[in-house]
Amino acid sequence: MELTKNKNRLHALGAAFPLTIPVLTGFIVLGMTYGVLMQTKGYGVLWAVLMSAVAFCGSMQFVAITLLTAAFDPLAAFFLSLMVNARHLFYGLSMLEKYKGLGKLRVFLIYTLCDETFSIASSALVPEGVDRKYFYFFISLLDYFYWVFGTFLGSVLGGVLSFNTKGLDFALTALFVVLFLEQMKKEENRLAGMAGLICAAAALAVFGAENLVIPAMILIVVTLLSGRKLLCR
Amino acid sequence: MPLSITQTLITIAAITLGAMASRFTPFLLFPESKKPPKVISYLGQVLPPAMMGLLVVYCLKNVSIRNSPHGIPELIAIVLIVVLHQWKSNVLLSIGGGTIAYILLVQFIFV
Repeated sequence: MELTKNKNRLHALGAAFPLTIPVLTGFIVLGMTYGVLMQTKGYGVLWAVLMSAVAFCGSMQFVAITLLTAAFDPLAAFFLSLMVNARHLFYGLSMLEKYKGLGKLRVFLIYTLCDETFSIASSALVPEGVDRKYFYFFISLLDYFYWVFGTFLGSVLGGVLSFNTKGLDFALTALFVVLFLEQMKKEENRLAGMAGLICAAAALAVFGAENLVIPAMILIVVTLLSGRKLLCR
Repeated sequence: MPLSITQTLITIAAITLGAMASRFTPFLLFPESKKPPKVISYLGQVLPPAMMGLLVVYCLKNVSIRNSPHGIPELIAIVLIVVLHQWKSNVLLSIGGGTIAYILLVQFIFV
């Protein structure tokens, strides 16, 4: 009994791992960058790893560096984090169905639902014969581990590494481009995909790089809701 | 460290709370036991492709068209990804090929 359980988990890990390889590349590089940056601001390995392991919110962690070096204002930190992370609201809405009935693991899946995990888990079909619960669990766990481990490496190795990593983080952009293309393979997704691309580009043009996410989210929802008849089949 | 240890811990907690509010709210508003309203199920279906479009733009937001190299490495890499993906439809090959091309472009050609 215990043996088949372990076999099931191993099987799910084997199915999940290849999907996360681009995240492995991107998160190790970005996590290391984060660790190094924290180091230069006077925050050692413990602080950097604590932040990555507990807050686990990529881009916000970079923003948070400025908060840690400014005057103490936890309320402002909370609202800034809420705004920078607002896009997660839409990830949750998208994963309500897929993360149904997964018991206690569900809390972990929600806690670690970042851009990359959402992209993979919302696009990937659970392969036949693979335990759905552990498939999602390992996608989340691996992505989480890469980020925390990358942070650890960056904090410990710091500037020792002379290997030029410039451009490696493009793996994440490439991941999103490919998963976008995967979504566009299905005809019923095409209009929504184009709507997302166009709304985000419009928000970028009007509001600029620093403030594009929330206007883009509003534009996307308005577009998707007003086009419901067209998109719904 | 300009903040005290307690202040730093509270700041980390505040950031975590903000991030987790954004992640947990949908699941708390629409618990498993209840069927979500139709409009939410609809959004759940159409949001993934739309958000993938947003994430692509989000990743490219700091690329400057005006300043050198004018977004050319990104453009070449993305075109390559699209071509590779049309051709072989292999996720890892497309991502790997695009990333390696991009690295070569920014490290050796558009330095």
